[in-house]
Amino acid sequence: MAADVFSLVIDGIEIEASEGQSVLEACDAAGIYIPRLCHHPDLAASGTCRICTCKINGRSVAACVTPAARGMVIENDTPLLTADRRALIEMLFVEGNHPCPYCVASGDCELQALGYRLGMVAPTQPYQWPARKIDATHPDVYLDRDRCILCSRCIEASRMEDGKTVFGFEGRGIAMRLNIDAAGGLGETQMAAIDKAASVCPVACIVLKRDSYRVPNGERRFDKAPIGSDIEAKRAGHKS
Amino acid sequence: MSRDGAPSLEDIIHAYGADRTRLMDIVIAVQQRLGHIDDAAIEAIASGLAMHRVEVEDMVSFYAFFDREPRGRNRIRLSKTPVSVMKGAREVARAFEEALGIRIGETTADGLFTLQWTSDIGLADQEPAALVNGMVLADLTPADAPLIVAALRQAGAAGALPPYPPHSSEAAGLPKSLIRSSLVQSGPLLAGPPVRAAGLRAALAMTPEAVIEEITTSKLRGRGGAGFPTGMKWRLTRKSPGVEHYIACNADEGEPGTFKDRLLLSEFPDLVFDGMTIAGYALGGRQGLLYLRGEYAYLWDDLQRVLKDRRDQGLLGADICGKVGFDFDIRIQLGAGAYICGEESSLLESLEGKRGSPRDRPPFPTERGYLGQPTAIDNVETLVCATRIMEKGSAWFAGIGTKESTGTKLMCVSGDCERPGVYETPFGITVNDLLDLVGAPDARYVQFSGPSGQSIAPKDFGRRIAYEDLSTGGSTMIFGPQRDVLETALQFADFFVDETCGWCAPCRIGTVLLKQGMEKVVAGRATLADLAETEALADTVIRLSRCGLGQTAPNPILTTMRSFPELYEARLAAAPFEPLVALDDALREAVQIQGRAPVNGEA
Repeated sequence: MAADVFSLVIDGIEIEASEGQSVLEACDAAGIYIPRLCHHPDLAASGTCRICTCKINGRSVAACVTPAARGMVIENDTPLLTADRRALIEMLFVEGNHPCPYCVASGDCELQALGYRLGMVAPTQPYQWPARKIDATHPDVYLDRDRCILCSRCIEASRMEDGKTVFGFEGRGIAMRLNIDAAGGLGETQMAAIDKAASVCPVACIVLKRDSYRVPNGERRFDKAPIGSDIEAKRAGHKS
Repeated sequence: MSRDGAPSLEDIIHAYGADRTRLMDIVIAVQQRLGHIDDAAIEAIASGLAMHRVEVEDMVSFYAFFDREPRGRNRIRLSKTPVSVMKGAREVARAFEEALGIRIGETTADGLFTLQWTSDIGLADQEPAALVNGMVLADLTPADAPLIVAALRQAGAAGALPPYPPHSSEAAGLPKSLIRSSLVQSGPLLAGPPVRAAGLRAALAMTPEAVIEEITTSKLRGRGGAGFPTGMKWRLTRKSPGVEHYIACNADEGEPGTFKDRLLLSEFPDLVFDGMTIAGYALGGRQGLLYLRGEYAYLWDDLQRVLKDRRDQGLLGADICGKVGFDFDIRIQLGAGAYICGEESSLLESLEGKRGSPRDRPPFPTERGYLGQPTAIDNVETLVCATRIMEKGSAWFAGIGTKESTGTKLMCVSGDCERPGVYETPFGITVNDLLDLVGAPDARYVQFSGPSGQSIAPKDFGRRIAYEDLSTGGSTMIFGPQRDVLETALQFADFFVDETCGWCAPCRIGTVLLKQGMEKVVAGRATLADLAETEALADTVIRLSRCGLGQTAPNPILTTMRSFPELYEARLAAAPFEPLVALDDALREAVQIQGRAPVNGEA
């Protein structure tokens, strides 16, 4: 075993991890799925959604921002954590306006897919019905803040991958919104349809125009297999 | 300079070296210049600092004291807390509304006045209190409102905006601007007139390692409530590799019911600055940062004067007290209205000119803090303790209090008691002892360590105030038999809705849902199932939230549920299910639009 490789235990399973990996990355590599929403493999972790919260060495922490360490003992797939995560998905559903049946992202939406995976039937918390602005000023990219879950993926992607800083947050608390780097909206920015920021949205807040039904309903990513299946397939592969 | 002699935006940006980490200072100065931060100002700041406008807006829109829209020339902010309300803040607010002809939250048509509520301003012992253009007024009555408004009108409607930070003398012209000392009972820490630099000189006679050892031996722990051993914090910071090492003093005293740091900064500033300098020496730092909450802007001038005196006397600057090679100075960073900035990693973000959202740990600030360098962040009171320990020795300090909790604690007492104020008491006394001291024989319950702490019923009044039993940052709000426990819990829940930073989902959304759940309870419409759901939600928010704010925000509800289950039960609806929104309320608008009379109990 190399010096920077060590083992840790998640839900009773011993896996290998290496120095510099987060707990979430180490588990991904080992084929163990920790539910997550704001995390994107190509972007730095922001820790905004907290869905990946695990009990690590007895403490509740987010797996995406916790460095893997030798001998860690992690609880992930437990009834309590699943209930917490389901409650959190419900919170995100009632915070925004998420009409799944007619949403362009249905079947390709990570929020919806997590709702299914975690066993959400219908939100038990009261809908907040926020008033949020849409932005159709850009010729190729449509912005529907009703769906925004403030994950910060587009902010990070635009700044670090595209070098443009088209997005940012505005306000605080429940009034926090996704903001654009131009008073006149997205159309006044350098945003382009090929930008990384245009492709990382986990929901249908940032949508490419004239592209929505290229893959029909019923044949989309999460229509075929639950979210996380791709990660879990790696472990099944190891075993066989 | 622009034509009227006031600094231009370019001058302001230049004065701060076009340094984006000084964005707080720049925005404060720009708002002082223009009254608010309009789009043009955002653009000018962004271009002056080589930032994107969305980055500037991100920060500006976060702080309660920054305005994107024009507001009144005079800003009246009334403190809204359960204690201020019990002392008559609502009546004072109504008197202001009448005197100004506007409602709370509005601006007068002539653009002279804006009237607002604000979170606790650190005067719980002298409520109702208010900030007027940053100056502080206390012990207000409804009769004061028209006099204050008249005085402000007389002070001038034209010309430049009132200075900010306000000059100390400015307050003199306003009624109720004399703030009495909050110190009711001093103990070993605060007894006797403080001797400037006595502790500092003692420390400089030792090696830095020996200073840390002395603090460690004293068993001093952080006074903000978390109780981290101070000696260990300094040691960790010292041994972390970095280009610079910093000591940051957390004077963002935002926990409702706390006002000891205001007392220390206004009456014992040298003990605070001595403590920062001692810490700087011990951990190998050359700069100290004092993060002063925006609500305490009226202390700015006095604190700067003390710093200047200290520089003149060789207590700051190069070769301090003749100690060759020990160079150290202190900068004060003014905040702008955000409770979350009392959380240490949010404080660091704010110090760097960003929105005050917390950081994930690790790395801890002792490894990577201010500007990515090792930083020790200590409470104001902790630093005062450190100063006295250097002056009088660790044995003296460790001889006071209990085994795990050495020294004394500054307890900030407010609410239903005869003698509110700051009491310096040794650790280990009981809640009952404290209640006897302050004259509260019939307390129904005590909100202990602020809304983020816990509600304590009489059955627990025998418990001890110490890290090993009831840990506290000092806030002690007493509620008498006439007070509504559930209504108070709702007010605290509302406080967290205002103050959650929004960065992480469970706290951002959970605080709102918890408040709505509590509203249903207070309205008498909650069922047993609702209570169970609220409790489960509270526990989820605690487990999933990123920082201490979300992890404690459900406490006012959870701890009153556990201390007073009978009060919740008495308020329950008998039905097995009640919808969140009553049918009458849901239909009221429609019935109104239809212009008909409600039928069958409609609206």
